[in-house]
Amino acid sequence: MTRVTQHALFWPATTLALLLVVSAIFNPAFLSIAWRDGHLYGNLVDILNRAAPLMVVSLGMTLVIAVRGLDISVGAVVAIAAAVAALMIGGSFSASGNAASEHPLWMALGTALAAAAACGLWNGLLVVKAGMQPIVATLILMVAGRGIAQLLTGGQIITVYYPPFFTLGNGYLLGVPVALWIAVALWGVLHLALARTALGLFIRAIGGNPEAARVAGIRAASITLCVYTFCGLAAGVAGLIISSNVKSADANNAGQLLELDAILAVTLGGTALTGGRFTLAGTVIGALIIQTLTSMIYSLGVPPEVNLVVKAALVFAVMLLQSAEFRGLVLRVARSARA
Amino acid sequence: MADGAPIVLEARDITRAFPGVQALGGVDLVLRAGEVHALMGQNGAGKSTLIKVLTGVHAPDGGTIKLLGRGIAPHSPVHAQELGISAVHQESHLLPNLSVAENICAGRYPRRPWTRGGGIDWTETHRRARELLAGLGIDLDVTQLAGGLPAALQQLATVARAVATDARVLILDEPTSSLDTDEVQALFALIRRLRDQGVAILFVTHFLDQVYEICDRMTVLRNGKFVGEYACAKLDARGLIAAMVGRELVHAAKGTEHAVGAEPGTPAVLAARNISRRGQLKPMDIELHGGEILGLAGLLGSGRTELARLLFALDTRDSGDILVDGKHTDLDKPADALGLGLGFCPEDRKHSGIVADLSVRENIALALQARMGLRKFLGLAEQRALAEKMVAALGIKTASIETPIGQLSGGNQQKAIIARWLATQPRVLILDEPTRGIDIAAKQELMNEILELANGGTAVLFISAEIEEVVRVSDRIMVLRDRCKAGELPRGAEEDAVFSMIAGGSRA
Repeated sequence: MTRVTQHALFWPATTLALLLVVSAIFNPAFLSIAWRDGHLYGNLVDILNRAAPLMVVSLGMTLVIAVRGLDISVGAVVAIAAAVAALMIGGSFSASGNAASEHPLWMALGTALAAAAACGLWNGLLVVKAGMQPIVATLILMVAGRGIAQLLTGGQIITVYYPPFFTLGNGYLLGVPVALWIAVALWGVLHLALARTALGLFIRAIGGNPEAARVAGIRAASITLCVYTFCGLAAGVAGLIISSNVKSADANNAGQLLELDAILAVTLGGTALTGGRFTLAGTVIGALIIQTLTSMIYSLGVPPEVNLVVKAALVFAVMLLQSAEFRGLVLRVARSARA
Repeated sequence: MADGAPIVLEARDITRAFPGVQALGGVDLVLRAGEVHALMGQNGAGKSTLIKVLTGVHAPDGGTIKLLGRGIAPHSPVHAQELGISAVHQESHLLPNLSVAENICAGRYPRRPWTRGGGIDWTETHRRARELLAGLGIDLDVTQLAGGLPAALQQLATVARAVATDARVLILDEPTSSLDTDEVQALFALIRRLRDQGVAILFVTHFLDQVYEICDRMTVLRNGKFVGEYACAKLDARGLIAAMVGRELVHAAKGTEHAVGAEPGTPAVLAARNISRRGQLKPMDIELHGGEILGLAGLLGSGRTELARLLFALDTRDSGDILVDGKHTDLDKPADALGLGLGFCPEDRKHSGIVADLSVRENIALALQARMGLRKFLGLAEQRALAEKMVAALGIKTASIETPIGQLSGGNQQKAIIARWLATQPRVLILDEPTRGIDIAAKQELMNEILELANGGTAVLFISAEIEEVVRVSDRIMVLRDRCKAGELPRGAEEDAVFSMIAGGSRA
C-alpha cells in the first residue's frame, strides 16, 4: 500500500480521479461515452481533445523545467505559429468550400513549426550563451513574440478558408480526435527518446547538478539548447492545433496565458520546479486535471463571472492535496485530535 | 597581549559532528583582551565550523564557551553579536544599494520621537556612522553607496559595522583574500587600533606572512582536532606547516612496489606548456607520463586546484597549449577532455562531483555514458553490471546500487566518483583532494586504489593538502607556491623537503 501511495503518479492520478468522480456526482452523464457521427462522443472525449494543445506545450515545458529552466514565452510562440500558418494557407471564402491554399499545406505547416523552433532556439541561446535567467530570457519573447504575431497578422484575426487544415483541430482518426493522436504521438516519441537513449539520464543529471554534469563530460550546454528548441517546437504544434480548431489565427488571444497553465500542469504532475526530477506521464495527467477543472466548471453551470474564482479555488485545493507538507499537517492535527 | 592579559573568550573541548564526519573533536580556543590570535589549519581542519559554533550558526555537541568568565550559548549570529562576538567573513557583506551609514546602523537605526513624525533619524544615523569611522581612523563619506566603494574600503566599513555593537571578540575570516598589499596594510592598521582598544581578535588566513606580521599567538587545528596553541615568535613557518599538515606517519605500505611504466623517450601522455589564467595561475609547464603518479603539493591558494581545472578545461585558460601524446589538442571544455581520455575528480564533491538525487548506478555510469554519447545508450542491464562491478571492486558501502548517492557517506561518495572515472578507463586521472573529509580506513583503500591504477598504466595527478599522503604515493612531487611552480622533488623526498619548498619565500 505504501508503495502505491509513494509512486510518483499516485497523487496526480488520485486528484484526476477525484475530479472525475465529483463531476459525475453533479452530472451523471459526465462519464458517458457514445459513438455518434462516426466518432467517439462525450465529455471525456471532449476533455482529452481540448487538453491536447496544453499537453503538447506542457511536455516541452517539462523538459525545460527538468534542466532547471522555464519558458514563459510558449503562449506567444503559439500565436506566432498560428499566424504564420494562417497567413501561408489563407485562401478565400467560397460557397462550395473547395478553396485552395496559397501555399501547399505541408509548406505552411513546416514553416510555422520552423518559426516556432527558431523561437525556442533563441530562448535557449539567451539562457545558455548569454547566461540570462530563464524567466527573464523567455520574458523577452513572451512580450516580443506576441508583438511579432500581431505584426504578421496586421493586428487582424486571419481567417483560414482551407478545409484540409481544419483536420488538425477538428478531425477524427479511427473515431478519436486527431489532436489527441498528435499529443499521444509526441508523448510516445519523447518517451522513446528518453528511454532508448541517454537523454533522460543526461537531463536528470543536468537538472540535478549542472556543474557536476559538466565535470562528468556531459555536453550540458548543447542539451539545454536542444531542450529549449524542442519546447518552442511543441508550442508551435499546439499553435497549429489551436488555430486549426478555431479556423483562424488571433494574434492577441491565441495561447494567451497558456504558459501559466503549462507550468501548472507540469507542477501538478509531480515534476520538481527545482529541476532534475521530472515525469512526462505526470505532466499529461496534470494537463488533464486542468482541462477537467475547466470542463467541470462549465458542466456545473457556474456563471462566467465567478468562473475564474472557482477555478482558482479548485486549483488551490488540488495543490493542497498534492502537498506532502500539507497532508502531513492534516495527519498530525487528526492524530492529536484523537489523542 | 601578554599572557597576563585577561581572558575574554574561552572555548573548551568543543565537539561538533555532521552526518558522516566529526568536524570538531575536542577543540580549545582561548582569546585574551588586546591580542590578535591566528586560527590556523588546512581546509577541512574545522576552522569554519569552530567559527560557526562561536557565532551561533551551529550549536556545539559538547564543550563550553565562556565570555568574560560567564558561560554562553549563542543560538544565532545576531545573538552572538548581542553577546559581544562579531564576525566578518571572506567576502564583505555590505548591502551595495544602501549608503555606508545605513549599512553601519542597519538593524538599529536611531528613531525620531513621534512628536517629530517618527521614522528614522537620518541626521543622527549619519552622525553615529561618522563618529564610529572617525574613531577607527577611517576617512569615508558615509552618505556614499556602499556598492560604489573599492573592495578594501568596503572591508574596512564591514569591520567597523562589526565592532559598532561594542564587540569584545572580533572574528575575521579570510578578510584579506581579495585585497592587495596596500589595502592589507590599511586593514592591519585598523586591526591594531582595535587590538589596542582591548578587543580580542581571531584572525583566519591562509597567508603565512600575514600571520607573522600581525598575530601574537595562534591555535592550530587539523582534521577537527586541536593540535596546539603557540606563540608566533616561538613557532616558525616550517613548524607551523608541519603542525597544520600533520606528520604522523600512517604505518602502511609505502607505495614503493609501484613501478613507473613509462619508457624513456615516449612523449608525455598529458603535457601543458605555458598554461595560465589571470589571477589564478601564472604560466607554468607540467608533464605527466603513463603509469606515473605526480603529486601536487602547496598551500591552499597556491594554484593546485586552479592548475587541475585548467588541465581539464573546466576554466578557460588565458594562455598555454595542452598536448596529449605530444600532439596539440583543442581542449576547450570538459567534454573534450573526456574524449581525449582524461578524468577529473573535483575537490568539491557536493558541488561538482555527485548528482545527489541520482542513484549510485547512474552516478557511476555518467561519465562513460557521456563519452559514448546520446545514442549509444548503456541500458539498464549494462549500467547495473558496471555499477555492481565497481561497488565490489572499490568496496563502496551502499544499501543498493539504486540508492540515491546523496545518502552515502562522504568516503563512499568519493569512491563512487572515482568509479565513475575508472569506468571510462582514463589515460590520465586528475584527483583533486580525493581523500578530503573521509576517514582513515577509506583513505587507505583509496590510496591503494590509486597505486593500482598507476600500475595499470594510467597517469595520475594527485593533489592533496596532506603532504604525508603526497610523499607516500608520488613518483614525483611538484610544489606550487603563490600560483607559481616552486620546484620539483623526486620520489622518496622527505616531508621536510616538501615543507621547506612550500614555505620557501615566507619568513621561516
